[in-house]
Amino acid sequence: MGKQETNVVDVRTPRVSIAIPQGEKGDNGQAGAAKEKPLKMRTQGVNVFYGDNQALSEIDLDIRENEVTALIGPSGCGKSTYLRCLNRMNDTIEGCQVEGTVTLDGENIYDRTVDVVHLRARIGMVFQKPNPFPKSIYDNVAYGPRIHGLVSSQDALNEIVMTSLTKAGLLDEVRNRLHEPGTGLSGGQQQRLCIARAIAVNPEVILMDEPCSALDPIATARIEELIDELRKNYTIIIVTHNMQQAARVSQRTAFFHLGVLVEFGDTERVFTSPRDERTQGYITGRFG
Amino acid sequence: MTVSHMSTSKLTAASLHRRHAVEKRFRAYGVVAIVTALVFLIILLSSMLSKGYSAFFQAQIRLPVFFSQDVIDPKRTNSSEIIARANYQILVRNALKARFPDVKKRREVKKLTMLISRGARRHLRAMVAHEPSLIGTTQEVWLLASGDADMFLKGAIPRDIPEKSRRINDRQIAWLNALEEDGASRRRFNVNFFTAGDSREAEQAGIWGAIVGSALTLIVTLILSFPVSVTAAVYLEELSTKNWWTDFLEVNINNMAAVPSIIYGLFGLAIFLNVMHLPRSAPVVGGIVLALMTFPTIIIATRASLKAVPPSIREAARGLGASPAQVVLHHVLPLAMPGIFTGTIIGMSRALGESAPLLMIGMVAFIVDIPQGLFDPASVLPVQIYLWADSPERAFVEKTAAATLVLMVFLVVMNATAVVLRRKFEKRW
Repeated sequence: MGKQETNVVDVRTPRVSIAIPQGEKGDNGQAGAAKEKPLKMRTQGVNVFYGDNQALSEIDLDIRENEVTALIGPSGCGKSTYLRCLNRMNDTIEGCQVEGTVTLDGENIYDRTVDVVHLRARIGMVFQKPNPFPKSIYDNVAYGPRIHGLVSSQDALNEIVMTSLTKAGLLDEVRNRLHEPGTGLSGGQQQRLCIARAIAVNPEVILMDEPCSALDPIATARIEELIDELRKNYTIIIVTHNMQQAARVSQRTAFFHLGVLVEFGDTERVFTSPRDERTQGYITGRFG
Repeated sequence: MTVSHMSTSKLTAASLHRRHAVEKRFRAYGVVAIVTALVFLIILLSSMLSKGYSAFFQAQIRLPVFFSQDVIDPKRTNSSEIIARANYQILVRNALKARFPDVKKRREVKKLTMLISRGARRHLRAMVAHEPSLIGTTQEVWLLASGDADMFLKGAIPRDIPEKSRRINDRQIAWLNALEEDGASRRRFNVNFFTAGDSREAEQAGIWGAIVGSALTLIVTLILSFPVSVTAAVYLEELSTKNWWTDFLEVNINNMAAVPSIIYGLFGLAIFLNVMHLPRSAPVVGGIVLALMTFPTIIIATRASLKAVPPSIREAARGLGASPAQVVLHHVLPLAMPGIFTGTIIGMSRALGESAPLLMIGMVAFIVDIPQGLFDPASVLPVQIYLWADSPERAFVEKTAAATLVLMVFLVVMNATAVVLRRKFEKRW
């Protein structure tokens, strides 16, 4: 928790930096209704309960293809819970109950006919703490394609591992030690390995749960570049405590507070002219 | 800001002394506990060693044996059957009489023959069967001393005990001394102890039968308990949803671990012998009973090591779309293996040392033959120890201690294996 609070403090001081990416963002993604990208995921009336506690209420949110959507908000606001609804990771938590509909390409992922295994092959996930398997770098990346039977030959598997590592910007650093344990890498490298592992399955959507919170600023910068790069091929939803990060990498921002979606819109708009007082308060550092 | 920094520092300094003292005492308690445990272990080991080491040696007596044609094959049939059936005890007696010609009385002769093990005739028979040309010749043969003679030659029977309270009388002592002076007695490593089954004659008794019985029993125990317990633990820990039913199971499993082992023996007697009519004294039944007893140990150890696998590994696999079975088989179980092995071996070594439940299912019977299979009557090491400890002869005292040493060697080996396996398979992340 301490770490996350520092992130918030960071934001308070260089307020200016929030404005910096706005110029760059102007030309892509900040479009009006005419240029809007196709809908990828949509959640309607999502309520999540942990036992008797309601963690999220009535969340309606649209995720558009090849965009980065940032979920921000103070600790305990439900943004991670929401993220985990999108690939049904909440299923395994005891006493957790999800209501409402979450659609992926128009299909409700909570429908009885949907196989979670298949769903998670389409929606990959990167976690807060880098969690490579205690296996070799190669095996980490190859694991997904192997279990989903995506490849029939060793060559094809090699190909996937190499491309994934390249896309994750890690190949040059690990080319000569593919068969050494993934746990021996630095924190930032481990996180990029986890990203490579997620994209090796070639998902359509990648969920990232505070992927940089355990990393130093340089490693963070690399991951952010990577996210921007990955947007071309994937739809990305990222939970972050770091508002600068949200401003830098995302096209759309959703602000959660106490289990409610307070505001959702183009990142530039949310950061420059928030409509809600709470959003205003949070991004200017009055609370959070 | 009412408490100044000065006074805080002073207070801390004052309490520091007390804290250091507590620290020292805390360490001292630990050292005392370890030393106490070590002292008892050393006392146990040294008493077993001092009593048991002599059982690893065996006295032998050399006699010139005349392989008399008249005794072995009076009709000169050369039939191996006749040769096998001959009374070789006569050869032993004759050899002794020839060595001590002044012994004439029947009772004296009997006392004299009691110096040589009753197993000697088997030895002579084997010699002749192997080499029939010995018939008609005289050979110097080293024969096994009887248990009492063995004890005397090893110095285990002090001479200052009155003759009546000794198992060996003054005449016998004189004969043994004469043999010793001749260089006709020696001590050799007791191979027999490691290759023979049980016997009423201490000098012929060995623990191989018990070792084989223990091995067969433990194989059954391992084959049954390992897969069942690990699957049960995986189900409870990884797959089931927690509800009153799993709580109920948990309580019962912990309860099973605390049930006295003899109860498992009674259960085995009631179900496996009386209802299912499995053979009595058989390793298969012993193995099943010990497996029941080992389930909770392995289940509890497995659950603990499954719990120790970081949840992030499960999330990572699940997030990639691994099915619950894949999460467990590919990631959680391999990471938990060192702990599971340790738990299993601890359970196994407990099973190896268990005697009470096996008494109930008849593994306490006197069994001379080496068991050849899971359904043969057998004994196990701890029960063998129990049986020998119950035998009055002095010679069985050292056997008891020696068998205990052997059992302890097995236990040390098993527990060392647990440590080695743990080191080998442990992964860090």
